[in-house]
Amino acid sequence: MTAPFGPALAAGDATRVPRAGRPRKRSGARRAEVRTGLLMVSPAILGAIVFVIYPLMMLVWYSLQEWRPLAGGPVFTGLDNYVRLVNDPSLRESLTATAIFSVGLVTLNIALALVLAVLLNQKMRGTTVFRTIFFSPVVVSLVAWTLVWTFLLQNNGGINGFLSVIGIDGVNWLREPGWAMASVIVVQVFKGVGLNMILLLAALQEVPEELVEAGRLDGAGRIRIFRSITLPLISPTLLLVSIVTIIGSLQVFAQIRVMTDGGPANSTNVLANYLYQTAFEVKEFGYGSAVGVVLFALVLLLTLVQWTARKKWVHDEH
Amino acid sequence: MSTDAPALRRPLSTRKPWRLSVIAFYALMVVLTIPFLFPAWWMVTSSFKPLSQVLEFPPTLLPRTFTLDAYVAVFEQPFVQQYFNSMYIAVLVTIGTLVISSMAGYAFARISFPGVNVLFLLILVGLMLPVEVTIIPLFQLFNGVGLTNTHWPLIIMPMFGASAVMGTFVMRQFFLGIPKELEDAGFIDGLSRFGTFRRIALPLARPSLAAVAILSFLSSWNSFLEPLVFLSSKTNFTLPLALTQYTDATGVPIWNVQQAAATLTVLPVLLVFIFAQRHFVQGLSQSGIKG
Repeated sequence: MTAPFGPALAAGDATRVPRAGRPRKRSGARRAEVRTGLLMVSPAILGAIVFVIYPLMMLVWYSLQEWRPLAGGPVFTGLDNYVRLVNDPSLRESLTATAIFSVGLVTLNIALALVLAVLLNQKMRGTTVFRTIFFSPVVVSLVAWTLVWTFLLQNNGGINGFLSVIGIDGVNWLREPGWAMASVIVVQVFKGVGLNMILLLAALQEVPEELVEAGRLDGAGRIRIFRSITLPLISPTLLLVSIVTIIGSLQVFAQIRVMTDGGPANSTNVLANYLYQTAFEVKEFGYGSAVGVVLFALVLLLTLVQWTARKKWVHDEH
Repeated sequence: MSTDAPALRRPLSTRKPWRLSVIAFYALMVVLTIPFLFPAWWMVTSSFKPLSQVLEFPPTLLPRTFTLDAYVAVFEQPFVQQYFNSMYIAVLVTIGTLVISSMAGYAFARISFPGVNVLFLLILVGLMLPVEVTIIPLFQLFNGVGLTNTHWPLIIMPMFGASAVMGTFVMRQFFLGIPKELEDAGFIDGLSRFGTFRRIALPLARPSLAAVAILSFLSSWNSFLEPLVFLSSKTNFTLPLALTQYTDATGVPIWNVQQAAATLTVLPVLLVFIFAQRHFVQGLSQSGIKG
């Protein structure tokens, strides 16, 4: 059976590499087998070295240099870029925006995903149709989805139009600091909630009916049953889905770039967008790389949390 | 906790659903679909409106004047070329990813060779690393060999890098799960290790291959940062990048044209999804990676 959480989540047990438990063969055959194995992994390994490991090492190296491709460099400057980072108000704004975005996204996303999953878990006709609808933005082009919402959220756009029809004076969603962040989060929640909904639905369907029935016989109401029986049983999934969503939220770029480009007043300028602006608009490769190192540190930290959590939960399950 | 309830042999749900609660359920569901469906409706209807009517007040759910002007304007741009670019890049990435990751996934699951743990660690690092982090060195890498403003980075990078790493992981998980006895038949018949992989293991892996194919196709089809960084001429653009370029001289989007292009971009994938939604849902949730 496949683990319900994919590579990112299953990664915790990945360090166990299986031994081929086959009887020892003649050394000629054994050597042929080793050669086959190495040949089969070599394209992927070569790719991982060239496009993952090497760039990562170069990122750290670049971050120690003063390097503006249009002006000059690279010149080795040690930790200067990091000193600059510490005193950079834009970085502080960017970290704040990243934190607000990540926390807001994960909270709303998980809450909505849970509501939708519970609703779809009812024995009602037509849930497949609703599931398909809620899931469909996941497969829709991110940029197209974002553009439609950008269009809807214009000051004189569709949403304010419909709001004023019912007598509400809408705000300029993408041009006011708090609202811009809220808009970006909500649009991204609708884009991705379908995936978490599916994962939570799978977890809900694993909850043994006898337990729910036992709770009912003990006189517990629906909400009580959900809180005391269902929720604890799906909490491992809930936790892991949350961490994966947070890690994903650190990579948010296209949405921000298209909807607000970090504005207004840097209020939505998440790290990935700040990195892009620094490296490819201001053209500072050295300093941009230092921002990249910060982003990497965050991703690494959360991934370690995820692996630890996964290991802990996997052991608790047995 | 008492789990001996089955002894009572009660039917699981004894309560008849109450009519009003059924109505309430469907009413709630329909309201919840609005933010998922309305953008699509707005995109399609706006694409048939003249520019003068797309932002008019009060808003209209259907175009008052139905026009194909926006679509004509879309095709005045190198849209067909951009469509082709996106398509062929995504297809090549998908094929390459399937080949590379199914081989590597199999070898990691089945063959023990020296250094297997260290090598697998490389895959794990790749699994975790988003392209946003390393985009500067990656740009430098391709710039150094003169391949910026070509499609090479968009093809090679995922095929050997991010998509391959994801695929290797998914395929390895699958191959770990199939019983070794199935393969022993192959060895007895005198197949080599690679032959066993080709003839016996790979055909069994079709659902996982489908998942990897869907994920790598979607991630290439939707990628934005890489084309933004690597491509500079319009005829080389892929669709996501092209969509952001329907603006007037002052940078204000020409909304109806943009929505027409978005409609044409979204439609094929959405249609395929609706017909094959079970595979999509299973594939994406099995592997748990966002497209």
